[in-house]
Amino acid sequence: MSTTTTFVGMPASAPPAHPAFPQAAREAVRDARLRGTLRHATHTIRAKRAAAVAEVSDWAALREAGRQIKDHTLRHLDRYLVQVEQAVTAAGGTVHWAADAAEANRIVTDLVKATGESEVVKVKSMTTQEIGLNEALEAAGIRAYETDLAELIVQLAHDRPSHILVPAIHRNRGEIRDIFRSEMGEWGRPAPEGLTDEPAELAEAARLHLREKFLRARVGISGANFMVAETGTLVVVESEGNGRMCLTLPETLISVVGIEKVVPTWRDLEVFLQTLPRSSTAERMNPYTSLWTGTTNSATADGPREFHLVLLDNGRTDALADTVGRQALRCIRCSACLNVCPVYERAGGHAYGSVYPGPIGAILSPQLRGTASGIDASLPYASSLCGACYEVCPVAIDIPEVLVHLRERVVQGGEAVRQGNRVVLRPARGHAAERAAMRAARWALTRPGVLRAGQRLAARSRRFAPRTLPGPGRAWTDSRDLPPLPAEPFRDWWQRTRGGKDTAR
Amino acid sequence: MRVALFLTCVNDTLYPDTGRAVVKLLTRLGVEVDFPTAQTCCGQAHYTTGYRHEAEPLARHFGEVFGGYEAIVTPSGSCGAMVRELYPRMGERARAEGRGEALAAALAPVAARTYELTEFLVDVLGVTDVGACYPHTVTYHPTCHGLRGLGLGERPRRLLRAVRGLELVELPGAEECCGFGGTFAVKNADVSAAMGTDKVRNAASTGAEVLCAADNSCLMHLGGLMTRLRTGMRPVHIAEILASTEEEPAA
Repeated sequence: MSTTTTFVGMPASAPPAHPAFPQAAREAVRDARLRGTLRHATHTIRAKRAAAVAEVSDWAALREAGRQIKDHTLRHLDRYLVQVEQAVTAAGGTVHWAADAAEANRIVTDLVKATGESEVVKVKSMTTQEIGLNEALEAAGIRAYETDLAELIVQLAHDRPSHILVPAIHRNRGEIRDIFRSEMGEWGRPAPEGLTDEPAELAEAARLHLREKFLRARVGISGANFMVAETGTLVVVESEGNGRMCLTLPETLISVVGIEKVVPTWRDLEVFLQTLPRSSTAERMNPYTSLWTGTTNSATADGPREFHLVLLDNGRTDALADTVGRQALRCIRCSACLNVCPVYERAGGHAYGSVYPGPIGAILSPQLRGTASGIDASLPYASSLCGACYEVCPVAIDIPEVLVHLRERVVQGGEAVRQGNRVVLRPARGHAAERAAMRAARWALTRPGVLRAGQRLAARSRRFAPRTLPGPGRAWTDSRDLPPLPAEPFRDWWQRTRGGKDTAR
Repeated sequence: MRVALFLTCVNDTLYPDTGRAVVKLLTRLGVEVDFPTAQTCCGQAHYTTGYRHEAEPLARHFGEVFGGYEAIVTPSGSCGAMVRELYPRMGERARAEGRGEALAAALAPVAARTYELTEFLVDVLGVTDVGACYPHTVTYHPTCHGLRGLGLGERPRRLLRAVRGLELVELPGAEECCGFGGTFAVKNADVSAAMGTDKVRNAASTGAEVLCAADNSCLMHLGGLMTRLRTGMRPVHIAEILASTEEEPAA
């Protein structure tokens, strides 16, 4: 890492223009249908998760074990990544290292091109969404078919995912039926005649549509939930079996995995295979857990003949350098924090302007992408700091702590690591008035006499107190009344009556 | 026992009735209450908005004002959590930044001796029946920093259940945040108001006359929504309910 100090205003790769969180959330808050859909979905899974977790007597110990395993691995990431590379290579796979999204996309595109294929099937993967792989493949004339049911819905609708685990959580079943009817034919086998919005019928339509993709595909692309360093084994945890189709049928498998996904041993994996299903889908045991090590050599055996692992950094090393923020890298993408978050429930996933929405997204995106853009500078504030996310997190990420830490970075700037370089960040724009107000408040509040004078002035002029406030205060009075000002502040009453001992004036 | 009342700047300025209620209640229970008049603000709004360096002088001031007391009692779960949970963190950060032990040393004594009011009553004084009388239907909202930060648990409800004449009704979705969140209320006003509106509707659905909490800042937000939504409910701080007696009922 370079020790040069540079002043950074904009990141090298600015995220796409997206309105700041408050503006993006405003529309969602006013969308009654969306609010109803999200409320129903998040409350259902919230209750199920709570019940599934309550069944486990040693949940607190599992949570602590998960935290420690991840912290240990991140502390020695250099060593474990080399171990992964050696083990995967020994098992017949090829390991590629990608510093950023562009490099990862280039590697994957070249690998697909080398097979001569022009289409791939995909296992649900957050990492490939993070780097925009489908768009990169499309630009190279390669069509990527999403095979996770919810990702299929999102892809058919030319939509964006709004949840880590349930990407189409913002869609109700009537909308899904309409999407299947109008779009499936464009991508392959059309929806059956007279398709209704019955879940079983919708699932069958997707099954028929996807089956032809599975049988035809010669290249599969996946992410991974875990990589076991000791054997070079990759793990995908899913609920549909569609992922397993993609992992076993194609001849070539390419997995794009964030470097923080490594765990040292199978014994460590055991902890997460208990906490992840209960935290995410509220299942006691995950339905489809696929594990593979390298390639299959025998001509008759199942599984890919060729396996490529693309290890992705894309801002993770920068996050790792931050002593407070690095805990975000413990995340196992269970999405319990989204489901319990009152802000996510009202704002929906799209408002976060990232493939990682909700509380974890609010601390991950500004670390992976930096805090220079409007959306990234607003994400640390997309929380009331209620702490529900920290409470449910199976790896004990103190999300409120990281949010406050990133708020400090936004308004005060300071040291950070960007693209491997230690830099001094300037405070984000648009906080000058707030900074001045905070400084003035600090000045007044370290002088009790000044506070008292202000309180007295407010009390004496209370008849003239406005019902609506100007400037930023309008954001309060637009929806809420102000409390009436009392005739005297407490401290005056205290001094006048000696704490109530004197009742005479 | 002589304790310092840390009233908080919000209560001092806007809710003196809550302060008077705490004094009345603790005095009735035999506690000698002092109000150090040099007290101002714990710095929570500064800290949680990202202005840790502006919050530090306020924390140091708090340490100087309250350092000499055996116990510091505050009628706010949020400001209580600031002193107890976040002051030690501020000290640690200063140390990690190579600024020495001074801040940590100044804040450690006050962090350890600060109690939220219901916690002080139940854990330190060992009472749940404080001899109060409040003949109204009440629903209780556990505010986030008291619930998840300080772990107040059942303490406030146990105190309320022991109040004569008080009918306590369960609040649906009680543990969900009300949407206040300090500067969140103005920075993300739409989401904040939506959260608060849901909380007020849940409270109104109980048929209670009073929505009780142990934090006036959350109640300021909810009360401001209640009048707009014309629910006919009123927000009341738990101290005012516990201070109320047959002879001297709460206003």
